[in-house]
Amino acid sequence: MITLQPKREFKLPIIAECINPDIFEGKTPKEIGKLKVWEGNKQKTLSELFKVEETKSENPAIIIRGNVSKVRRIGAQMKSGEITIYGDVGMHLGEEMKGGKILVHGNADAWAGSMMKGGTIEIHGNASNYLGSPYRGSSEGMRGGKIVVYGNAGNEVGVHMRKGIIKVYGNAGQFTGFRMHDGTIYVQKNAEARAGACMTGGKIVVGETLESVLPTFTIDGIREKVKIEEGETAIGPFYLFIGDLAENGDGKLYVHKDKNPHLSHYEKFL
Amino acid sequence: MELLIRNGFVFDPINGVNGEKMDIAVRDGKIVEKVKGKRVRKIDASGMIVMPGGVDIHCHIAGSEVNSGRLLRPEDHFRDFEPKTSVTRSGVGYSIPSTFTTGYRYARMGYTTIMNPSMPPLEAKHTHEELSDTPMVDKASYPLLGDWWFTLEYLRAGDIEECAKYIAWMITSTKGYAIKIVNPGGLEAWGFGDNVKSLDDQVPYFCITPRDIIRGLCKVNRLLNLPHTIHVHTNNLGKPGNYQTAIETMKCVEDLATENKPAIHITHCQFCAFKGEDWRTLESGAEEIANYVNSHSHVTMDMGQVIFTDTTTMTADGPFQYTLYELSGNKWVNHDVETETSAGIVPFHYRRKSYVHAIQWSIGLELALLIKNPWKIFMTTDHPNGGPFTAYPKIIAWLMSKKAREKTLKKINPKARGKSLLPSIDRELDFYEIAIMTRAGQAKALGLKNKGHLGVGADADIAIYNVNPETTDPSKKYKLVRKAFKRAAYTIKGGKIVVKNGEVISHVEGATMWLDVQTSEPAKISEEMKRKFKEYWTVEYENYPVTEDYLEISQPINVKASV
Repeated sequence: MITLQPKREFKLPIIAECINPDIFEGKTPKEIGKLKVWEGNKQKTLSELFKVEETKSENPAIIIRGNVSKVRRIGAQMKSGEITIYGDVGMHLGEEMKGGKILVHGNADAWAGSMMKGGTIEIHGNASNYLGSPYRGSSEGMRGGKIVVYGNAGNEVGVHMRKGIIKVYGNAGQFTGFRMHDGTIYVQKNAEARAGACMTGGKIVVGETLESVLPTFTIDGIREKVKIEEGETAIGPFYLFIGDLAENGDGKLYVHKDKNPHLSHYEKFL
Repeated sequence: MELLIRNGFVFDPINGVNGEKMDIAVRDGKIVEKVKGKRVRKIDASGMIVMPGGVDIHCHIAGSEVNSGRLLRPEDHFRDFEPKTSVTRSGVGYSIPSTFTTGYRYARMGYTTIMNPSMPPLEAKHTHEELSDTPMVDKASYPLLGDWWFTLEYLRAGDIEECAKYIAWMITSTKGYAIKIVNPGGLEAWGFGDNVKSLDDQVPYFCITPRDIIRGLCKVNRLLNLPHTIHVHTNNLGKPGNYQTAIETMKCVEDLATENKPAIHITHCQFCAFKGEDWRTLESGAEEIANYVNSHSHVTMDMGQVIFTDTTTMTADGPFQYTLYELSGNKWVNHDVETETSAGIVPFHYRRKSYVHAIQWSIGLELALLIKNPWKIFMTTDHPNGGPFTAYPKIIAWLMSKKAREKTLKKINPKARGKSLLPSIDRELDFYEIAIMTRAGQAKALGLKNKGHLGVGADADIAIYNVNPETTDPSKKYKLVRKAFKRAAYTIKGGKIVVKNGEVISHVEGATMWLDVQTSEPAKISEEMKRKFKEYWTVEYENYPVTEDYLEISQPINVKASV
């Protein structure tokens, strides 16, 4: 088990895709310290920025203690192992990750779980914008895996999502599930407007208030409960909307009935 | 600076040198008979191949279209970036690299002359600004003239001489190099949401057909004595069954060829060699096209090879790009350039497992291998339409080795594999033929006198590749060949060593070549023309031409026209 601790407060962005259990495996702390990272436009070694320590353990895990909110691409493309971060973490956490687990006891910056294909990310604080969304311009959405956020998430959660599940136990911003094709997004509390814009498939569940439903969604019925995943069910009743019709989509948008009296006028179309 | 490249195996097809061990001497940026003295810098090229610097006849590297592509695709750049070094500037790739990176990447592969094939005349200033920022290579641009209203009007009136004068004015004012024709008539029709479907369809409101445009401009080209032929992107590009259109296009200028000189260049021919009724029945029309080209001498063409990768398609062919958007559902850009042309951009991913894409991949290689004379077909990917230019070493390996082709064949769509002609083709090109297809032939077709060869007086643009033609069998060791062509051992530009072992070691600016076409009397810039400018263009006549001081390094080529 490797423990990393920032040696100082970082002011410049750091790109450190080498912080990855697959890369650390089989290396001594000294070898790990020699891995290359970028700080601003300068190339540095990991040991110049972090204190690297090893504790005996069978588990190929990495523990980061301290504020690494300037450090980007931690756990990018990881396939196995575990990263635990006690503190805030920077952008592109677990980008293109294929397996393993990342645990954040703090907040995560934008693009956490971007282009993810498998594995699990758990964020105990808040997540920023583009949670589980691809990089700007790209349509390679999440293709598998699971993201759980215990706090709030920002705008554009799960853009272009194709498979997998994102659960936000707090609130979510605008454009949740924008252009999503498949998969599940669960927002336990409130979501801002434009949820499911341009979606063509998949499932979005909003447990409390949704500001408004896009006019390109049509009401399909009322459901008593919705299955989120194996062993987890959201209890309703929920309005079920189908859309986005502008894209010929048949995505499902579930919105809690009792918490959204402003949507009751849809009932007359049932 | 004086240079002596010693003991290399020289491949210089224009001068008939085929792998002989020779020394090449360079003084003041030119190739000379010999150099003497202590200050001569010697390069030991023993066991290596020495070729003229690469020439690319068709490669979209600059202009408003390319730049819109860059803006459209942040995801194309973020995985492929180059930090700055002590000599180079930073930049990004991949399919639409930034200008500096484009220059560096070409230089690393031993290329020194690049032709940017589609410049809407209205956007000439933008194109030249970007070309001035593209280092390491000499370059030129072809203005799009096939659908310009002036061309259409004068050709309709049958006044070839007056049309020639306007074309001459346009080439000189936009600092262009050749006449580029894209989907003749179709782009004008696209302004009305329509397209032309054959060579004899009428262009709306102009009472003229694509055949008239191609023949007219071919005559204009001859009247103006331009060094290159007309550069044609055919009608119906990218549609099943279009190989017939391609053959008809070549046929329609058959009688205009003189003295066995080429009269037409069909560009990215792969995209217009589709046989079949629709996408499901798509087959290769390479054999028919190759048969035609093998028995006629008035045609040159380039491959437009497809690479299995994620790329960005961009052409002036607006209607085709719209079709592509409908097929792929990707994000897109489409643009109508006032009275001149149109443009479109769609990101595209060529997949091995797709039947259509695999057939396209096969067609490109079939064309290159079935056309017997390498002086008639050149290697391009129509960057970035078929794939980025950085894939050239891969294509060289496919052309030189049946084994390399078979290895890729195994991985492609099985139905496409069954239809491909490649398993029946045993031809493997040698280094001499590769030198023709990648530099000598292209320079000859472009009429570049000082490029593409290593004779005395030529520009000292030289590429040295670390592969020994005596001990290496490219058909078996294609990986070694690919590696060598990917990272040139040395690239020499204008007598200066710019790349060593695949790394850029010095930054040089390249010249922009353009034609100064002199007609006996200039085109009458009448009040009528100024009125049209005022009425039809957003740019006034006075602001329209690109002045010479606009170019970073200007290299005019004087052409004396016969009108």
